[in-house]
Amino acid sequence: MTVGRKLWIIILIKLFILFFVLRLFFFPDFLKSRFNNDKDRGDYVREQLIQRK
Amino acid sequence: MILNIDPGIVDWSRAQFALTAMYHWLFVPLTLGLSFLVAIMETIYLKTGDPEWKRITKFWMTLFGINFAIGIATGIILEFEFGTNWSNYSWFVGDIFGAPLAIEAIMAFFLESTFIAVMFFGWNKVSKKFHLASSWLTAIGANLSALWILVANAWMQYPVGMKFNPETARNEMQNFWDVLFSPVAIYKFLHTISSGYVTAAIFILGISAWLLLKKRETGMARKSILVAAIFGLIMSLFLAFTGDGSGYTIAQYQPMKLAAMEGLYKGKKANGLILFGIPQPGKKAGDGKNSFVVKVEISGLLSLMGYRNVDAFVPGVEDILYGGYKPEFQNVPPAEKEIALPVSEKIIRGKLSITAFGDFKKAKKAGDEVAAAKADSTMKANFAYFGYGYLQSPDEAVPNVPLTFYSFRTMVILGFYFILLFIVVIYFHSQNQLQDKRWLLWIMLWTIPLAYLAGQAGWIVAEMGRQPWVIQDLLPTRAAVSMIETTSIQITFWLFAVLFTALLIAELMIMTRQIKLGPKDGGTK
Repeated sequence: MTVGRKLWIIILIKLFILFFVLRLFFFPDFLKSRFNNDKDRGDYVREQLIQRK
Repeated sequence: MILNIDPGIVDWSRAQFALTAMYHWLFVPLTLGLSFLVAIMETIYLKTGDPEWKRITKFWMTLFGINFAIGIATGIILEFEFGTNWSNYSWFVGDIFGAPLAIEAIMAFFLESTFIAVMFFGWNKVSKKFHLASSWLTAIGANLSALWILVANAWMQYPVGMKFNPETARNEMQNFWDVLFSPVAIYKFLHTISSGYVTAAIFILGISAWLLLKKRETGMARKSILVAAIFGLIMSLFLAFTGDGSGYTIAQYQPMKLAAMEGLYKGKKANGLILFGIPQPGKKAGDGKNSFVVKVEISGLLSLMGYRNVDAFVPGVEDILYGGYKPEFQNVPPAEKEIALPVSEKIIRGKLSITAFGDFKKAKKAGDEVAAAKADSTMKANFAYFGYGYLQSPDEAVPNVPLTFYSFRTMVILGFYFILLFIVVIYFHSQNQLQDKRWLLWIMLWTIPLAYLAGQAGWIVAEMGRQPWVIQDLLPTRAAVSMIETTSIQITFWLFAVLFTALLIAELMIMTRQIKLGPKDGGTK
C-alpha cells in the first residue's frame, strides 16, 4: 500500500471517529442539547455563575 | 444557595483538556515549521535548477504530509470539549472566542487546505512558480491558523477589548483590534510559532544526522542540515527574544504566574533570576520556610527582565496574596494604583460583583430600573475581581509552583541548548567535519524528543502557571465547567488517550518507514 493511500485511510477513520462517534455520542453541546433558545441558555448560565460563588 | 461542584468534574475536565491539548501540540509544531523549511528548499530548487534540491524538497514534503495528515483535526476535539465540558466558559466568553476561530476556519484553513493539494499533487501539473507559491501559501495558511487560535488563548490570559453584558451573561467584543494586537497575543503568537520552527529545524537535523550515521544520502543530508541549522539558529535567537517579551507581558498582566515561574514567595527590589534552584518540597505561602533548598541567582536580573528596571520590586506569591505593595505597572484596577489589594479583599469584591450580577436580573424582572442600574454599577465597579468571588480561600489563587518552576527551567535551558547546538553544527559543517563527528550526529538525533519536551514544558508554564483561571481574574475553572457526570469525562478521557496514542504510533511507524526508504523516487513509494 502506498503511503498516500495509508494516510487517506487514517484521515477517513479519524474523521469518522471524531465526528460520527465522539461528537454524536460523547460530546453533545451541553447548552444546546438542554435549551431551545439563547435566552434560556443565558438564564441557566447566569444561575450557575451566581450559585457557584 | 451555594452550589457545590464535585472536584472530580473540574479535575477530570482539566486532565482531559490537558491530554488533548498536549497530544495536539505533538503534531502542530512540525507542521508550522516544516512547511516553511520545505518552501525554502523548493525556493532553492527553483533558483538553482538543481534537481537534487527537488528530491530533497519532496522527501521533507512527504514527512510534512504524514505529520499533517495524522495531526489534522486533532484540535477540533478541544472545541468539542468547550461545548460539552466547559459550557459556562463557552457562554461567558461570548463572541470573543468565536470570532477568531471563525476567521481561522474561513480564511486560514481554506487557504491552507486549498494550496496543500497543489503542493502535493501539483508537481508537473502546474508551473514551477505556481507550485512554489502554493508551498509558501500552505506555510502561511498553517501559521495563520495558529494565529487565530493563539489570539483566543491570549485573550484568556489577558482579557481585553470586551464588555460584560449582565442581560445576556456574556462578554461582547468592543474592539477587535485590541483583542488581536494585545501585547500578550503578539508575543504568544510569535513565541509559539518560532518554537515550532525550531522544532522542525531540529527534526531535520536529527533525521539528516541519522542518514549520515548510516552513510546514506550524505549529499542530501548535508544540504538539509545546512538549511535547517541556519534557519534554526535564526529562529532560536528569535525564540529567545520573543520569550523575553513574553516574560515582560507576564510581569505586567500575570504577576502570580511570574512568581510561580521563579518560585518566588517573598518579593524584593532588584530581584534576582534563579539560574539553578531546588524549590523547598511542600512549601506553602506564609509557612515561614525557605523557598529553596539551594539556589544560584543573578542579582537584579528578574527585575530587569520583568520590569525593564534593575531596581524594580517584583512581588512574590505572598506579596500578591497579602497585598500591601505598590505595583510597578499601572495597568491594575483603579483601587490598586497605589497599594495592591490582598486576595481576601479581592474575594470580597468578587462576591459583591457576582451578587450584583444576580440582583441586576432580579431588578430587571421586577421592572425596577433604579435598582437594576444600581446593581449594574456595583457589578461593573468590582468586575475586575469577578472571578475571585468563586475562590473559597486566598490559597486557591496560587498555581502549582514547583511544576511551573521546573517546566519554565526545562524550556529555557533547552532553548539555549538548541542555540548552542545550531552554532556547533554550522561550525563543523563549514569545516566539512560533520560526518566524522559521530558523537555530534547522535546528539542531533536525540535532540528531536528534547525539542518536543521544550514545547510541552512551555505550554505547561503558560497554562498551569495561570491557574486557577480559565479567564484571568474573571473566571476560575470551578465556575467554568459544565455540570456533567464525572464518569462520562473519565470515559472520554481514556477514549482520547487510546485514540491519540494510536495516531502517534501510526505517525511514528509511517514516518520511520518513510525515512528508512529515503528520498528515492522523491521520497514516496
